[in-house]
Amino acid sequence: MIQTVAIAQTPGEARRLGARAGLPPATKPLRDVFGEALLEVATHNPRVVVLDGDLGNSTKAETVRHAFPERFFNIGIAESNLVGVAAGLAACGFIPWITSFSSFLLCNAYDQLRLAVAMSNINAKILGSHGGITLGKDGPTQMGIEDFALVGGLPTVVMLVPCDAAAMKAAVRAATDYVGPVWLRSSRVALPPVYPADGCPFTIGKANCLRQGDDVTLIACGIMVAAALDAAAVLADEGIEARVLDLHTLRPLDVEAIVAAAVETGAIVTAEEHLLTGGMGSNVARIVAQHRPVPMRFVGLADTYTESAEPDELLRKYHLTADDIVTAARAAVRAKGKR
Amino acid sequence: MDINRLYAMARQLRLDVLEMTTLARSGHPSSCFSATEIVTALYFGGLLRYRPHDPRWPGRDRFIMSKGHAAPLLYAALAHAGYFDRSLLWTLRQIDSPLQGHPIQALLPGVEATTGSLGQGLSVGLGHVLGGRLNGLDYRVFVLLGDGECQAGQVWEAAMAAAHFRADRLIAIVDYNKFQETGPIAREMALEPLAAKWESFGWSVLEMDGHDMAAVMATLTESARPPRPGRPTVVIAHTVKGKGVSFVEADYTFHGRALTPEQAARAREELMR
Ligand SMILES: Cc1ncc(C[n+]2csc(CCOP(=O)(O)OP(=O)(O)O)c2C)c(N)n1
Ligand SMILES: [Mg+2]
Repeated sequence: MIQTVAIAQTPGEARRLGARAGLPPATKPLRDVFGEALLEVATHNPRVVVLDGDLGNSTKAETVRHAFPERFFNIGIAESNLVGVAAGLAACGFIPWITSFSSFLLCNAYDQLRLAVAMSNINAKILGSHGGITLGKDGPTQMGIEDFALVGGLPTVVMLVPCDAAAMKAAVRAATDYVGPVWLRSSRVALPPVYPADGCPFTIGKANCLRQGDDVTLIACGIMVAAALDAAAVLADEGIEARVLDLHTLRPLDVEAIVAAAVETGAIVTAEEHLLTGGMGSNVARIVAQHRPVPMRFVGLADTYTESAEPDELLRKYHLTADDIVTAARAAVRAKGKR
Repeated sequence: MDINRLYAMARQLRLDVLEMTTLARSGHPSSCFSATEIVTALYFGGLLRYRPHDPRWPGRDRFIMSKGHAAPLLYAALAHAGYFDRSLLWTLRQIDSPLQGHPIQALLPGVEATTGSLGQGLSVGLGHVLGGRLNGLDYRVFVLLGDGECQAGQVWEAAMAAAHFRADRLIAIVDYNKFQETGPIAREMALEPLAAKWESFGWSVLEMDGHDMAAVMATLTESARPPRPGRPTVVIAHTVKGKGVSFVEADYTFHGRALTPEQAARAREELMR
């Protein structure tokens, strides 16, 4: 089931995700990188414990099971119990990493996440694996397309969405070091390296600017960061210089970077592998509307469930490609001209 | 009842599941193989009353595939039962196909519940029984659960409620293949004593060899009577994950993996024997 192929937006090298931006091809699935990073923090910090919902082979949390079986608990197919147990472990001074698919955890254990984790403000880390639609063929019942919205409803929880392997490693370290609840989205697919290996500056709450530009800002997270860089390359050929922000932290939002984008570029496009309703774009829009209203366009999932298919087919059919970002950016820039 | 005809159908369903998942290069064939005789008996042994050309006929018996990852088995059974053309099976998990990786109600005729997040089917089944009671209909509701799935709290909430409401038209079937995704049930999250658990929740408990077609027919027939009026019935089916394909039976890490074309060729050979 492990898929190591890169997500090509259309067949052929030229349309491979990240190719137009000059990014190298993807190599390792993001979930594998998570497994390695989790093992690293568990090795360095004996207070780290890992809880699994019978999916350690899929989330890759099993790396810790093999190395430190005494600090690994498979709670079984029982996510609400899993979260409750983690809360108890946190109260004993351990740092629980709660791991499962994003959909099963949030949808089965939301009340437990609400009271035992978020309201109690405990030092637990939550891995929501298989986020978005790029898990592909297992289909909509397993996909996590509403995690930003649902974690958004847990006000004390930090929300991290890494866009490549280096960012994933940095995010796992940052989450473990941070004192308090953190949600981390992982993916089944491999993402092209946006950052050099081990070269991702990662401060919680601080967006990374990947490309300078004055005409429009593309704000993206996760897989859409590489797509935004591709889109920026296409726009540059048309004479539109796009700034690109990797918004790896969805809470707390980097208000400063968002306001600067509005002030300095005058137009914003957001791109996310998530429902538009309750997603990253709507939260960015709130900041923009309050501080400096400028034209905005939004790339994300319309109010619909998707379906079983190859990830690249889904990204195309449901309009999550670089081309969709380009179209949105042109429209935002045009709207700016009319003002 | 011609047992040999049922075995032939079971073989055909396994071959179809193998073909579907190999073509899709994904899916859960081993989880389908442990439940094949059960599903065959229900659809082709006269246990379920259904009208494929009137899939919403209010009086139909219901079958709910609560372990939704065994969707290919359900789809193959529905195709052979006449709900839709068998050629649709080869579109499993492909874009624009109604055959989703996990079943979605109303996308396909005959799919009674959307499943894939484990633990939900028995509650839906209970609702169908209570609805049937209000509507004055006497249909039965069969719900197929995984053994790992029985770790989910909702299963026991439903079990408690079904006994409370004296839902004796509800029949749970546990595909007790002794494995969940990451390992043996007994090692990962033990269920035993399983029969005693159901018994203590107020259910009649029957056990059977889930691959002996005569036993499956006899036990499921008994479950539908039901053995103790006023009580729901659970059938604990002792099964083998990957049944019918030796190298899949021997390796639980086949969970959630399609066979490669080479493995599929060997599997086909074994199933045809
Ligand atoms: C709520 C929920 N948690 C986790 C999963 C992931 N998952 C899919 S199949 C499976 C194992 C199921 O084991 P079992 O119920 O024994 O079914 P089998 O395949 O053995 O028939 C798991 C953990 C899920 N589908 N739903
Ligand atoms: Mg099982």
